[in-house]
Amino acid sequence: MVSRHVSAMMPVAVVSLAIIVLWYVGAAMLNLAWEKSVAQRNDTPVSTIQMLRNTMHQERPVLPSPHQVVQEIIDTTIKKKITSKRSLIYHAGITLSSSMLGFAMGTLLGIVLAVIIVYNDALNKSLLPWIIASQTIPILAIAPMIIVVLNAVGIQGLLPKAFISMYLSFFPVAVGMVKGLNSPSSSYLDLMRTYNASSWQTFIKLRLPTSLPFLFTSMKVAVAISVVGAIVAELPTGAVAGLGARLLAGSYYGQTVQIWSALVVASILAALLVVVVGLLGDWVNRRMGLVRG
Amino acid sequence: MERILFTGASVFSVLGVLLQGPWQTGIAMLAVALIAFLQLKRSRLLAAIATGGMALVAANSLIGLVDEAGAVNAGFWCLVVAAWLLAWGSVEQLSAIRTLSKIYRTVLGVVIPVLFGLWLLILWELLTRGLDVPQVLLPAPSQISERFMSSGSILWADFKQTFLRAVLIGYAIGCGAGFVVAVLIDRSPFLQRGLLPIGNLVSALPIVGVAPIMVMWFGFDWPSKAAVVIIMTFFPMLVNTVSGLSAAQPMQHDLMKTYAASYWQSLFKLRIPEALPFIFNALKINSTLAMIGAIVAEFFGTPTVGMGFRISTEVGRMNVDMVWAEIAVAALAGSLFYGLIALLERIFTFWHPSVRS
Repeated sequence: MVSRHVSAMMPVAVVSLAIIVLWYVGAAMLNLAWEKSVAQRNDTPVSTIQMLRNTMHQERPVLPSPHQVVQEIIDTTIKKKITSKRSLIYHAGITLSSSMLGFAMGTLLGIVLAVIIVYNDALNKSLLPWIIASQTIPILAIAPMIIVVLNAVGIQGLLPKAFISMYLSFFPVAVGMVKGLNSPSSSYLDLMRTYNASSWQTFIKLRLPTSLPFLFTSMKVAVAISVVGAIVAELPTGAVAGLGARLLAGSYYGQTVQIWSALVVASILAALLVVVVGLLGDWVNRRMGLVRG
Repeated sequence: MERILFTGASVFSVLGVLLQGPWQTGIAMLAVALIAFLQLKRSRLLAAIATGGMALVAANSLIGLVDEAGAVNAGFWCLVVAAWLLAWGSVEQLSAIRTLSKIYRTVLGVVIPVLFGLWLLILWELLTRGLDVPQVLLPAPSQISERFMSSGSILWADFKQTFLRAVLIGYAIGCGAGFVVAVLIDRSPFLQRGLLPIGNLVSALPIVGVAPIMVMWFGFDWPSKAAVVIIMTFFPMLVNTVSGLSAAQPMQHDLMKTYAASYWQSLFKLRIPEALPFIFNALKINSTLAMIGAIVAEFFGTPTVGMGFRISTEVGRMNVDMVWAEIAVAALAGSLFYGLIALLERIFTFWHPSVRS
């Protein structure tokens, strides 16, 4: 068991290591041009080794080295008070709250739509194509407008951002849930009929339980995409707070290290959320006896 | 269900006439709803066409009335509800039709969603104009289409910049690179086991966040947007192609071996065709991702052209109808792009069970 885990982790570890090494090489190469121009301007010969060493610690590097990013993240998380506006935990918390609200609303909307679609043939035929078409619209493009319009109506703060996340996350849930609710085979449905089960009983006792694995699979996609929605929704609000705002502020002032650290924290946040939803799904599925193990 | 809808339509028509709505429309709808209610069993198609057609005629005359002073009263809204119920009943009829003819089914499969979309637009038009919703909040579809027609050259320039350059070039390079890398690492199980979990992880990350970095590296013009698109589309393609290449059954591999097929022969004749459903899945996912990536990247800096640029500046100037016209272009381009790939999928994977059934 243990050795199987080790042999599964080995290639991942090696590839991750290779990526970090490549990152360092890339940082050295991309930042070297700046060092050369500095040396030329100062008219002092600098050894190549020294220049390479300097590329690792530039103030505004083209590509910050990994340890610079890690240092920045440590500086802005552990060493700052959480309430401080410069703390990345504070910004991540804002992004997290709006993406979670949007994710919850989107999941609910997706489930409700799926139930309606499964139980009403007319809506199945007329609504489902539009749900699919709605996703070919690059909704993130509308994000700034939704924020501005909702602001004009007087809805501010968390809700407008959550709407963007909701719009992005309802789709995978709706599609997965339709598939899940339709997944019981006809022999199960026939069995329910021989029990004289009402359509409500069939829904609660058969369709809903069998749809759960599908639901959690699509919720994993939905939670990842709701983080993207929250980050993009923070861009047009004028870089006030949140990870998206950190990205925008960083790009305004050329603070590459800040951009990269916001990006890394956002990635960690998204990955953690996916893992949490995955674990929750595993636990529920096991409790329902849907998977063995 | 249809009986409830048609009863509702009749009741609301009567209410509309009583509450001083346009009485001609009300009486006509009442008549059609009653006939449809009584003759329902005869022919679903006939009932559907009669009610649907009547609903559209009523909607048209109501839209014509919406700007007249004093026309928009309680009776008017009752008739709007009646027309909408009539249309809903018509769609219920259409979707209840059971037929074996394939052409007939295809036509129905197109007509029903189109009717639904049309009614969404009609209600949007009636509500925004009837309730005098400020244009800044939500312009009516007619205003948007007017703007769409009058500023075609700006829209075309934006479309060219964002879609024809950033999206298409980035999409082609990103998908191509993902495919090639997948074929390359396919020969090394070690790399496969190492890259696949990482690729899966990266696919779930908010990659649009690299947009400001790419703008810094490649400048304001379209190459930086294409770079974002490349990064966004690369990983889904990689992951899907790798799992697609291992989709062939051991039995099929054995067959290729008995033919003494070389690596390349079995790659091109067995494994890539087997991987096509996976590859098309990635192409479809990527078509939406590419649009999102290119437009969002423009929020971080552009030359003064491009769809994302136009949206963010016109929002600031409160020209909401222009924003909606731009959204219409994006929606149209996105749907056509997706539709084209779906069509290619049907052509290339005609043998797959999901297409055949």
